[in-house]
Amino acid sequence: MSIDKQDVQKIAHLARLALTEEDADQYQHSLSSVLSLVEQMQSVNTDGVEPLSNPLEMTQRLREDVVTESNQRDAFLANAPQTEAGLFLVPQVIE
Amino acid sequence: MFEQSIATLAQKLRNKEISSVELTRLFLDRIKTIDPQLNSYITISDTLALEQAQAADALLSSGKGTSLTGIPVAHKDLFCTQGTLTTCGSKMLHNFIPPYESTVTDRIQQAGAVMLGKTNMDEFAMGSSNENSFYGAVKNPWNLDKVPGGSSGGSAAAVAAGLAVAATGTDTGGSIRQPASFCGITGIKPTYGRVSRFGMIAYASSLDQAGPMAKSAEDCAHLLQAMAGFDEKDSTSAETATEDYVSGLEAPLTGLKIGLPKEYFGDGLDSQVADTIMAAVKEFEKLGATVKEISLPNLQLSIPSYYVIAPSEASSNLSRFDGVRFGHRCEDPKDLLDMYMRTRAEGFGTEVQKRIMVGTYALSEGYYDAYYLKAQKIRRLIKEDFVKALDEVDVIMGPVAPTTAFGIGSKTHDPVAMYLEDIYTLSVNLAGIPAMSVPAGFVDGMPVGLQIMGNYFAEAKLLNVAHQYQQHTDWHLQTPTMAKGA
Repeated sequence: MSIDKQDVQKIAHLARLALTEEDADQYQHSLSSVLSLVEQMQSVNTDGVEPLSNPLEMTQRLREDVVTESNQRDAFLANAPQTEAGLFLVPQVIE
Repeated sequence: MFEQSIATLAQKLRNKEISSVELTRLFLDRIKTIDPQLNSYITISDTLALEQAQAADALLSSGKGTSLTGIPVAHKDLFCTQGTLTTCGSKMLHNFIPPYESTVTDRIQQAGAVMLGKTNMDEFAMGSSNENSFYGAVKNPWNLDKVPGGSSGGSAAAVAAGLAVAATGTDTGGSIRQPASFCGITGIKPTYGRVSRFGMIAYASSLDQAGPMAKSAEDCAHLLQAMAGFDEKDSTSAETATEDYVSGLEAPLTGLKIGLPKEYFGDGLDSQVADTIMAAVKEFEKLGATVKEISLPNLQLSIPSYYVIAPSEASSNLSRFDGVRFGHRCEDPKDLLDMYMRTRAEGFGTEVQKRIMVGTYALSEGYYDAYYLKAQKIRRLIKEDFVKALDEVDVIMGPVAPTTAFGIGSKTHDPVAMYLEDIYTLSVNLAGIPAMSVPAGFVDGMPVGLQIMGNYFAEAKLLNVAHQYQQHTDWHLQTPTMAKGA
């Protein structure tokens, strides 16, 4: 299966990746070859087969609805690129 | 000293023939001398290692400790280690110092092991050659022009070259077994859920599993003993009791039924690798095992299924790298969207960006059923193949990879050729069963790994089978020339 450069830019936008024209050219080729590889799946009849998302078919374990974590704000903020007054700073989002 | 097993070193430490501080210094010196040729470490934690060694010596002096107390090990740079840089081989995390410890590294530390440092890896564990690291490619100690395999290639190269007694690795599609095979060491991928994934930087959550990498099955057993077991911090952790992996090593193999899947020995397998694997199987027959041909008919479908499921999960898992709370952030973003997009384009390497985009595509509107759901249905067919086969035999054997380690750069321009390298390992992760790689010989001077696969939670059986083989062969005792004499 082949995808065009416009498709690549659309996927990149959905994935929040800024691609240059040159990047898009390269990814067009490599994404097309990966998608051609995965196309092999379509030759198999899977009617009536239940999808398998967890190899042990486990269901999510639940816990009591109680607070178990302590406040580690300072530890988590220590890795942030920009902080102020105990908050993460990002570019302005509201005019 | 660097070639000794965990059991031997533990005995020497207890007998005070050597202290943990001396042993740790020996390994740190070897890393300083040899690693510039290999690039197997990203971070060397020498100060911390010596502190931990001192603590281990004190514990040993008081007559306490485990078989791992005072033993120098290395951790794949994907495990969060509190206070120690954890990069996952990526520019995105070049400055990330975790405020918490992964369960795997915590348990190994609690057992008294010394952490020498963090090993190099394919970025976010995406790769089969270790050429996708922001910190540069790792080289194979058996031939510096060849890859060590990926993505735990740094761990494999470090153990093979005697730069750690043992190491941790992770295996999403073969990333413990294939580098173990390429570097001539022993590695086991446990059953999915057997080892906690808490604090492991996630690639594909339904496939990722941590495991030990060491010279021998016996050493792997010691490490797995510490790593395995239920962890309430991981919601996918299995609440199944662990076995005693060390005491089970000595059971005889009489009556063992080995299945050889015919699909593992078809076109694409190097004939010399096939001969090496069959010679290993003959050794097992000498030890009392019987061999039966079996079939895993959906083997070929494991590649397309994996390359939809893993990237889909990755596209979701890697959405957390947005430049807000940790890691790389681009310069002077003009708005929030610009920050996300440039941060991720600058922080992620080519292979990671490609897999994120494949996953985004497979999960996008109109393609979900045709790709993601279809892949999950095929995954069930693959699992059913293994369940059926393991009803008939105790273990399945075959090659780990179609060839020995390939040349650095030889497959980087053909992603599909690189992906086909994983044909014999991917299906194991899709099914979630345990499997290991055991050194079984050499082809043109490069190691060949025998893959042994088993039933769910049968790690003790796999280690027993591998250990008995290693009692009668010495492939696992070989050391690369470049690692000797330093």
